[in-house]
Amino acid sequence: MSGLALENVTKEFGSFTAVKNVDLTVPHGTFVCLLGPSGCGKTTLMRMIAGLDLPTGGAIKLDGTDITRVPTHKRELGMVFQSLALFPHLSVGENIAYSLRIRGTGKEDQKKRVDELLSMIHLPGYADRPVSKLSGGQRQRVAIARALAISPKLFLLDEPLSALDAKLREAMQVELRQLQQRLGITTIVVTHDQREAMTMADTVVVMNGGEIRQAAAPVEIYRRPADTFVADFIGMTNLIDFTTDSAGRVTVLGTAVEGLAAPGGLARGVLSVRPEDVHLTAPGPGAIAARVTFIRDLGGTIETFVEAGDKQIVAVSMPNARPDVHVGQEVGIRLSPEACVVLKS
Amino acid sequence: MRREAPQKLSDYGPLLFPAGMLIVFFVIPFATMIAVSFFKRDPAGFYSTAFVFDNYARFLSLFFGKVLGFSLFLAITVAICCVVIAVPFTYLLSRARRRTQVVWLVALLSVLSLSEVIIGFAWSTLFSRTAGITNLLVAIGLMGEPVALNPSFGAVLTAMVYQALPYTVLVLYPALVRLDPTLTEAARTLGASPVKSFFTVVVPALRNTIVATLIMVFIFALGSYLLPQILGRPQHWTLSVLITDQAIYQSNMPFAAAMAVFLVLVTLGLVALTLIAGRKGEAA
Repeated sequence: MSGLALENVTKEFGSFTAVKNVDLTVPHGTFVCLLGPSGCGKTTLMRMIAGLDLPTGGAIKLDGTDITRVPTHKRELGMVFQSLALFPHLSVGENIAYSLRIRGTGKEDQKKRVDELLSMIHLPGYADRPVSKLSGGQRQRVAIARALAISPKLFLLDEPLSALDAKLREAMQVELRQLQQRLGITTIVVTHDQREAMTMADTVVVMNGGEIRQAAAPVEIYRRPADTFVADFIGMTNLIDFTTDSAGRVTVLGTAVEGLAAPGGLARGVLSVRPEDVHLTAPGPGAIAARVTFIRDLGGTIETFVEAGDKQIVAVSMPNARPDVHVGQEVGIRLSPEACVVLKS
Repeated sequence: MRREAPQKLSDYGPLLFPAGMLIVFFVIPFATMIAVSFFKRDPAGFYSTAFVFDNYARFLSLFFGKVLGFSLFLAITVAICCVVIAVPFTYLLSRARRRTQVVWLVALLSVLSLSEVIIGFAWSTLFSRTAGITNLLVAIGLMGEPVALNPSFGAVLTAMVYQALPYTVLVLYPALVRLDPTLTEAARTLGASPVKSFFTVVVPALRNTIVATLIMVFIFALGSYLLPQILGRPQHWTLSVLITDQAIYQSNMPFAAAMAVFLVLVTLGLVALTLIAGRKGEAA
């Protein structure tokens, strides 16, 4: 099979399990983001793929060959570290050529490849500069070029953009994604920034507590979260407890949602509703009674906070559909069945 | 953090105490020694005030030239041995578990507490024919009969490296602990084996520290006068030994002072050369 396969990979540090029975297939040429809160095991998982940590159980396979015990320097990969780890005693060009020099590539070929990579990262003519004279964004690019110098089979990035300011980070996300598509290289990025994951990835892998909670396309993760953790972690959401009434209809806050039935006869659970799917109307039968408590007008979007029962619910709308409400007003909430995701509590 | 340069005279206040100590305990004795080096020896008494170059002239002979050459050679060899042993050792130590590090550092500090005399006599026992380590080799069948390993150059070198090694490790330790461990990890992901990454990343990244450590051990070893006497033959005696001999046993203070001044000048010259070479290497 072409690509990377993790089979039942586990890593224990003493009595602490950092990564628990992870199964994941990354087909050749895809871009995968490992996403999760800090301490969820995503970095440990990446370090095991790189060979910097050894798994305590399971196997890692690349193109069908078991590489679990292959030492890092024989894995033919490129990795960008969170600290970038550029070699301070080498110039930009020498940093990029390091992997070629180690492999005994000729001086001429090294220079050619360095020039090629420097123009790829839009820094032509920077080969002789010391790395200490570069800006944050430039260092980032040099670290990427250094990792790609040997055209590796696997391109790994550990929180690569976390040191950059917000604007530069957004630009680099787009650039990184375009670069990956142009090169068609199998790429795995560790991040805690969901926006970053949504921008770049073909597949987002959401992790928590050392386990994969969901691995799917970004839109799928957003629209159809697998559990309450994923729903809550990705974007804003309203998680509302529900019960099922005698007719099998899902009932929230005392009001049944028309046309929504709980699958598999679930008696109680949690409903995930994205803020943009919460529509405020006049109070009336069939609508959940609520009261506006706060309005946050951000210009681009308007967030309306309402209280229904003792539950706070957020509705987001665009300026052209600004809800005509004020703080303290009694309103009604209507939930359309296709906007609700039914989850186990 | 950037600080303002001192503006008023009182801003220099904190410097007064160290400056005073330096003047009383370094500048005055050293100036006295320079003055004495030009004095005339009085065989009947001590010395008489004069301004003669006799002491320096006497020094410019083949014999003292050889001694000076040997002293520098010994100090350089000790410095290189110490750094070659200490850099890989300290690197591994800095990557070891906390407990292991503490045990090793305590052991090294305890070696520091030994005086030069103790170290000298301990090694002379270890190198002796009757009670030395060769008896162990005989016991396990590697040697026919025990031999004496001292006095010899090897014995002097071993003891001096033993004495200087803890200083070397303690000077290198902070720099190696501060070295970003992801640098070697990055080298490994780029295809360098652990040994290769040590030589292509750790050693070059610590170049300045290593040069500074070499100079420190070199100067430390230059001052050693007991170990060459205890463990070496007369041809292994360093200039420091001769200075001690002249000053204490021959009561020739002016000549001893002249040799000491000369040794300081040569040492400063060598250190300056190293620094200039280091700066050139950096610019290249």
